[in-house]
Amino acid sequence: MADSFTPMSRAAMAARVARDIPEGWYVNLGIGIPTLVADHVPADREVVIHSENGILGVGPAPAADAVDPWLINAGKSPVTLRPGGSYFHHADSFAIIRGGHIDLCVLGAFQVAGNGDFANWATSSNDLAPAVGGAMDLAAGAKRIWVVMEHTTKEGAPRLVQTCSYPLTALGVVGRVYTNLAVLDVTAQGFVVRDMVPGLTLRDLQDRTEARLVAG
Amino acid sequence: MTRVIDKIVRSMAEAMAGIPDGATILLGGFGAAGQPTALLDGLIEQGATDLTIVANNAGTGRKGFARLLELGRVRRVICSFPRSAGSVVFEEVYRTGRLELEIVPQGTLAERMRAAGAGIPAFYTRTAVGTKLAEGKEVRNIDGVDYVMERALPGDVALVEAWQADRWGNLTYRRSGRNFNPVMAMAAKLTIVQAQHIVDLGALDPEGIVTPGVFVNRVVHVPYGDPPLG
Repeated sequence: MADSFTPMSRAAMAARVARDIPEGWYVNLGIGIPTLVADHVPADREVVIHSENGILGVGPAPAADAVDPWLINAGKSPVTLRPGGSYFHHADSFAIIRGGHIDLCVLGAFQVAGNGDFANWATSSNDLAPAVGGAMDLAAGAKRIWVVMEHTTKEGAPRLVQTCSYPLTALGVVGRVYTNLAVLDVTAQGFVVRDMVPGLTLRDLQDRTEARLVAG
Repeated sequence: MTRVIDKIVRSMAEAMAGIPDGATILLGGFGAAGQPTALLDGLIEQGATDLTIVANNAGTGRKGFARLLELGRVRRVICSFPRSAGSVVFEEVYRTGRLELEIVPQGTLAERMRAAGAGIPAFYTRTAVGTKLAEGKEVRNIDGVDYVMERALPGDVALVEAWQADRWGNLTYRRSGRNFNPVMAMAAKLTIVQAQHIVDLGALDPEGIVTPGVFVNRVVHVPYGDPPLG
């Protein structure tokens, strides 16, 4: 039987996250789907985007003929600077993060557990050269951590789990998860479902989730 | 006026003079922005080996840092993000077991160098608490919160890319080319700078100088265009 619902595209997930970010927040976006969030923040909304490599006020990607090689984001993609933007060095950039001055960090992940633990930097303990980048600093320092990711792996394995099996990035920090099927808050009771794509039932969602879900 | 302080050197050989085997080299840059590519070529030419390289990444392509790895001149890499698009040489060399690797969270990496430059031997951070990257490190509870102790990371040499420099070694940077460069400049015994523009003493706006010359030892003029030519 064909599914009666349509999972969200990466762009639709990014747009959904962008819609939930209040004006006035300072926001860091991780690599992958989180980076796409910037494309869904209209220029007239004052959300200030931070990039670890020393930028506040990151604007949308430039046109192909207007690329400035001196202006790249943490994913090394060309970006622009909004009026009011600023540059600073790496130690100041991470003082902004570690010092609790970032309202929200949106990160990708491999797994999130119902207690807010998450894993996004190494796929196994045998991975001897994993790339952590700024993920652990952001996870420990930002006021809020939202994760945006596919609800399951390509093979259909759940990513919302009881306990992360991959090496942790940080413990107990994730506040909300956006997947291609649902929006869930991490609470003392575990994952609380706030929203689902049309046509999806709570039971359908639970079938694709290892952790126990709580109706919102 | 006397020119007692003149950090401008006339050649790359002069810039690289005296870098010993076994040195710890702090390498500026993030992506292609702010990478001291000419200094890397100078270091390859100079010949020092058994190096420890501290950088955000572990080199891409076949030039610069990747070339040093390929030549077997690097014993140890300390970085936050070794695997990235094009880090082929790192992966080849690492697989052979001839390379030591220390993974450090990016902000901890920056702060360890800032601490070294500021005379602070160690500091406590929440970053990495409870993870693999905190294994073997002292954990201390301060006011009810666990922190990992991280040690300062000084360099013997820093290789820095700047936009403008004067003969006292005062520096400005270009947009996101700033990144690790000012932090590394303060953390090394010998800070060597490649600058796009050499300006007269007094020409830089004192309010706009990002790295004061006290942190800088040598400056070599490397104009390569704006934007970089390739």
